Amino acid sequence: MKKKQYISAILLVFSSLFALATDGTIKDEKKSGDLKSEIKAYIRHHLEDTHDFSIGSYTTDEGKKKHIGFSLPVILWDDGLVTFFSGKLKHGKAVHKVGSKYYKLYHGKIYRTDADGTISYDPNKKVTNDKPLDLSMTKSVVTMLFTAALMFFLFRSLANSYKTNGSIAAGVGRFFEPVVLYIRDDIAIPNIGESHYRKYMSYLLTIFFFIWFLNILGLSPLGINVTGNIAVTFGLALLTFLITNLTANKNYWAHIFWMPGVPVLMKIVLAPIELLGVIIKPFSLLIRLYANIQAGHIVLMSLIGLMFIFNNWLGSSLSFVLAFAISIIEVLVALLQAYIFTMLSALYFGFAVEEHEEAH
Amino acid sequence: MEKLLGEFSFGLFIWQTFIVVGLLLLLRKFAWNPILNAINDREEGIRSALQSAEDARAEMQNLQADNERILKEARAERDGLLKEARKIKQKMIDDAKDEAKTQAAQIMTQAQAAIETEKQAAVAELKQQVASISIEIAEKVTKETLADDKKQSKLVKKLLKDVNL
Repeated sequence: MKKKQYISAILLVFSSLFALATDGTIKDEKKSGDLKSEIKAYIRHHLEDTHDFSIGSYTTDEGKKKHIGFSLPVILWDDGLVTFFSGKLKHGKAVHKVGSKYYKLYHGKIYRTDADGTISYDPNKKVTNDKPLDLSMTKSVVTMLFTAALMFFLFRSLANSYKTNGSIAAGVGRFFEPVVLYIRDDIAIPNIGESHYRKYMSYLLTIFFFIWFLNILGLSPLGINVTGNIAVTFGLALLTFLITNLTANKNYWAHIFWMPGVPVLMKIVLAPIELLGVIIKPFSLLIRLYANIQAGHIVLMSLIGLMFIFNNWLGSSLSFVLAFAISIIEVLVALLQAYIFTMLSALYFGFAVEEHEEAH
Repeated sequence: MEKLLGEFSFGLFIWQTFIVVGLLLLLRKFAWNPILNAINDREEGIRSALQSAEDARAEMQNLQADNERILKEARAERDGLLKEARKIKQKMIDDAKDEAKTQAAQIMTQAQAAIETEKQAAVAELKQQVASISIEIAEKVTKETLADDKKQSKLVKKLLKDVNL
């Protein structure tokens, strides 16, 4: 039974490689000099959020590119709500008409165009077409919704198991309970303190598991890159920033604007520095998570891409071994980044509620 | 930096914030609070159970100490009683011995007294007999004296010989 699970897991991993493999080799036969840029484009495309949930793509013998996946709802605000399925855009190959307006997907973004789908540029090669407010349920949104549902299911069942199993976790909760305890005992309490930690626990637990699960999903062959998206990490860091500053006590603000225990001149010098620190702290959070996950994906996919560039036994197997090793490290990074984000959030909350008994 | 900002998708940001906040509120109500409360209650339970076990152990120890003390006291009392009994026994034996001794002495004195009386009586009787014998002898002697002096003395001698005390 266990063996079967292993085999299916391995198959799943390889299936994504095969998807890439067919893509690469066929292109290789067609025009081998283009392979590098092809892989580069593939990686770039993977890192971006997309309007459809693509699992893979292949090129038919006629040289036509076929995408495997499904459409997702596109939601636009363009003087009114505009909704349609992303399949209508045909991966940027078609112009979709809604009412009197035409929309076209161009480099992962939806622009308003004329009936022919003309994209115009300014001298800096920037697109000048109008861009409606895009609130589409993209691949990342769907993945986040899935993660949220998964988390709700998992932790609801853990919470229920305490009631039904006499205060002892049952099932998958047995795995997650120690993690919850770890976050409480080794992240929240030491950083925030015994008297204040409780009100931050929900947030810390939520972001920890949210980031962790999304990082792990990012390593799945589905080609998801949610936590490596700057909008997502910005949203998370913004929440940490808001919670820190909205729950901060007088002491925290005193330490920022009028540092106690230093000469008046120093107080004036320190205030802008401290104020900058308030913004830099969450900013470092958002950049750290984004950069780590983004870099991990780039390295991993580049190594997989190398297999097709080498295209021989020695080089390709070497890059495979490297990609395999990096994959294992990425599993660790997935957990580590979730831990660091949670840990630092807890640390900032700790600053916000710290009570200073003595002036220093 | 410009590329980074170009990558920034406002829609995704809105969705992400919405999802995380929604998830946070839902999980807080349905998962985190129940989980944390359950864990806290359990820990509290374990702590109090340990405390009561410790208390029970201390009580047990107290009881044991009490038992030991009582046992010791009982043992001491028993020893005391035994000692007393031994003393009494010795005393009784000694008393009996003394009594016996005095009685024996008394009996001895009485016996001696009796013997003395008997002896006195015997001596008296003997004296009487000697006296009567002497009288007899004297009688015979007196009878003989009349004839011969020689014979007289001879007779006395013979009679004296015959006297059987």
